[in-house]
Parts: sequence; structure tokens; C-alpha cells
Amino acid sequence: MYLYPVWLRLWHALNAVLIIILIITGISMQYTDKEDSIFIVSFASAVKLHNITAIVLTISYIFFVVMNIATGNGKYYRLKRKNFFSDLVKQMRYYAYGMFKGEKHPFPVSMERKFNPLQKITYVLTMYVGLPLIIISGLGLMFPEITVKKAFGVSGFILTDILHITTGFFLSLFLVVHIYTCTLGARPTSLFRGMLSGYHEPEED
Amino acid sequence: MKLLFTKVLVFISLSLVPSISVGSGRAVVPDRDPVTYISPFQEENLNCFKCHGQEKYEYTNELLGTQVKAIMCLEHIIKSEDFYASNHRSFSCTDCHSEDYSIFPHSGELRMELKYTCLDCHGGDDTFSSFSFEGIDADYRESVHFKLENDGFSCWKCHDPHTYRISIRESKNLKETILYNNNICLHCHSDYSRFHLLTDRDEVNLMKTHDWLPDQASHFRSIRCIECHTRINDSILVAHQVLSKDQAVKLCNECHSRNSMLMVSLYKFHSKEQRRDGFLNGIILNESYVIGANRNSYLGNASMLIFGIVILMILIHIIFRIKRNKLKEG
Repeated sequence: MYLYPVWLRLWHALNAVLIIILIITGISMQYTDKEDSIFIVSFASAVKLHNITAIVLTISYIFFVVMNIATGNGKYYRLKRKNFFSDLVKQMRYYAYGMFKGEKHPFPVSMERKFNPLQKITYVLTMYVGLPLIIISGLGLMFPEITVKKAFGVSGFILTDILHITTGFFLSLFLVVHIYTCTLGARPTSLFRGMLSGYHEPEED
Repeated sequence: MKLLFTKVLVFISLSLVPSISVGSGRAVVPDRDPVTYISPFQEENLNCFKCHGQEKYEYTNELLGTQVKAIMCLEHIIKSEDFYASNHRSFSCTDCHSEDYSIFPHSGELRMELKYTCLDCHGGDDTFSSFSFEGIDADYRESVHFKLENDGFSCWKCHDPHTYRISIRESKNLKETILYNNNICLHCHSDYSRFHLLTDRDEVNLMKTHDWLPDQASHFRSIRCIECHTRINDSILVAHQVLSKDQAVKLCNECHSRNSMLMVSLYKFHSKEQRRDGFLNGIILNESYVIGANRNSYLGNASMLIFGIVILMILIHIIFRIKRNKLKEG
């Protein structure tokens, strides 16, 4: 089943590389020390690389949103109120119990449904809440003159920083879980191969 | 003889002016507000400020009987409000300058008047022991500025005795203090007519020489020049050993680290209470933002815990998958 068009695969690959660079350089800056930072990247290089990568990510994100609208790929991200929670529970139950008992996937992948309910809500939160938050707060840190000077008696710059780091942490967490759940296809490598070839390998019945 | 007399006057004024006396339970620092502060020498000083307190002055040419208006040389203008906010605000002008200045027109010889150095008044005096002027002097003698003494460099180049005020120790607004401090350096380092009085070096474009600093404007606003350009000396309050540009701090991690050197320089005068690890990790996080030094311990621990739980859940999931596959194969 041809599910992942070329533009999406190229964007996904670029996005993956950018996010990994941003996480490594971000951690390098946050945990920098006099005996140099962890992850080998020096502070000065980390700052430069983080800023450049962030600008490319912002452009790549705009491309993703525009293409989602233009190609109709956005339909996969549309949340439905009907059975929202019960579907989520059904999917969680499958991951926690059903799959070990040999139960069938409750929401098999099709041309109409690329993501299961758990994937959908996670991707929506990541792409339409997390990414905008980290991009906006990142711009605030890059251009301090545009940040609010003070809020709740604390520097607006510091609050922006906390928001940026916290969002960055949750996006990093998403990446770990995302990579792991991508091993839950028909075979552990199926979904990875799918993102390279564009074809989704259906699970065995 | 005149110098000795003036020194005695300075000593007497230091001993008598209650506002700067110490150890007697009276205020060490007098009212700094130039509006409310009343100098014991206000009327006497007014004779000087009448001309030296503004850009133009007026006098009567007694030979011609005419009224003359003239422009005051920029270097000789001392705004009275700046003087009365300065450390030396309780002084009379003639405590340091010759009494002969009270005669106008001033004698040309007075220009040759020997000026005091800081140590002339502050050295070897227990009143000022906490400032360790001798330590400051020793550091200054090791600094690149000292090499320019023969060309006219002195303490006054940075600490104009008419306007200088202690800033960092009493800072209520760190950004303002940083600006005040950096302007002292920029007074010469961004004004090349002044800079070239002391050196033949080519004009230095500070923006260019500092263009390696990421977010240069933030750095200029948030730290003092001396943070990177002096050697920290724990035995004095403010470092005075100005280093050559090759020796200046260039390693980001010196400040951007958990044990940031800013804690023993810029934030040195903030109380230990403010510096201890509180909800927002003390002073740096509350007042300034320094990547790498701003590590909120609570957020750090919470993130490690969440990350650990997620990894544990993944591991448990993997174990169950392996078991299931074995069962399937079996």
C-alpha cells in the first residue's frame, strides 16, 4: 500500500536529522560545563549549530503545514470527537495487552486511516502544539528584544527559556517513543522500510 | 606645603563628616539622592559649579568692563547632580583642589597642580580596609593599564573622582549597574580621541572584535567588560587586573556552566540566600539568563524521572514482546 509520498518521506528524513541535531546541541548547551559539555559538541559550536538547524526546521515546518493543506495529507491529523477516548483506550489496551495475546490490531492501517488513535493524538500534539511552541519560544530566545520583559515578577526571557526547554524535553521523549513504536509493525523494521520506500507493509492476520 | 595642608584638610573632612564615618553606628553611606542630599559644603561648592556645572559660563572682564559668555571645556564640566550622587559627594572642591581656585580668573600655574591618587587618601587607612585599596593597587600594577601610566593613565581615567560611585555592591538594578560599569570602559574604548591620548594603536572596532560572541547585544547588556577582561582576585571586591586581549576569557564554558565564574564576579555581591538553590535556582535564574548556568534542579530531576519511567516502560514492553515471540516460535 503506497502510503508515504516522496515529499513526505523527504520532509520526514530532513525533520528527523534536524530534530536529532537540535536535541544533541540543546543538551550540550544545557549541560555544558567547564570541562566542556557532554555529547562532544563544544558550547560555541552547539550554539551556532542549534541556531542554524532551528532556522532550517522552521522552514521545514512551514513546508509541512503548507503541503498538508495542499495535498490533503492533513486529513490524517483531523481528530474526531466521536469515540475519541474509547478508541484511545482500545489502542492502549492493544499495546499493553492485546498484542501479546495475538489479538488483531483494532485500527489497521488503510488509505483512509494512516494513524491509529494514539498515534494521531500524539502526532497532532507534537506537530501542531509542540513544534509551534518550540519554534515561537526559540525565536524569542534568538531575538530577545521581542520577548516580554517581565511576567509574574520573573524575566520573560527566563519563562521563554523554561517553555523552550520543557517543550524540547517532551519532543525528545516523543522521539524515543516514536522510534520504539515504529518497531511495532509487521516486522520490527517494516515501518522504517516503509518510510524509505513509501509502501506500508500490512500486518499479518 | 600646600599639598600637605590639603591632605590634612582631606583627613579632617573624612574624620568629621558623619556620613562617611564607620564603626560608630552612624550611616556609612550618606543619602545618595542628589535631590535630598545636602552637602556641608554646598554653598562653597556652588562657587565652582556656577561655571563648572554647565556647558557655558559667564564672567565680567574687569579690564574692559564687559560681560563675557564662554563655552566650558567638556573635560571640566562636572554636573552638580552627578557629584552629589558620587562617592566623594561630602567633599568640598577645595578638599582636593587648591584654595587658589577660589580666585577667578584661575592662575595658569594651577593647571600644573599635582593630583592625588586613590592611595593618597585611601591607602593605609583602616576606615577603608574592607575595600583593600592596597590590593586593588597591586592588581592595577599588574594590569595592562598600568603600562600606560607614563602616558598619563591613572585611577581617574576609570574612576572620575567627581562622579564615580560604588555601583555593583549596592546594585538594585543589575542591568543599570552593568551599563554604568561598561560605560566606564567605553568612555575611552569607544572614543578614539580619548583613546589616542594614551596609545598609538589603530582604532579598534569593538563590535567587530567581539563578533564571535553569539547574541552580542545580549552579552553586552548582561555582563560587564571586566568579567572577561580581568583576572578574578578573591581578596579584593572588584577585579582590577585588566588583561591583554589575548588573555581575555574566550571559553564560553567559563560562564556557561554550573559553577559559572559569574558567581564570583558579577553576582559576587548578591547574598548567599539569593544564591542558594531555591525554586528558581537563585540569583542567576531570577535576574539573568545564562545558558548552562540556569539549570533548574527541580525541572532537571523531574525530567530525568519521566525519562527513566518511559525507558523502563519500553524495556518492559520489549521483554513481553520477546516472551511472546518465543511462545509463538515454540
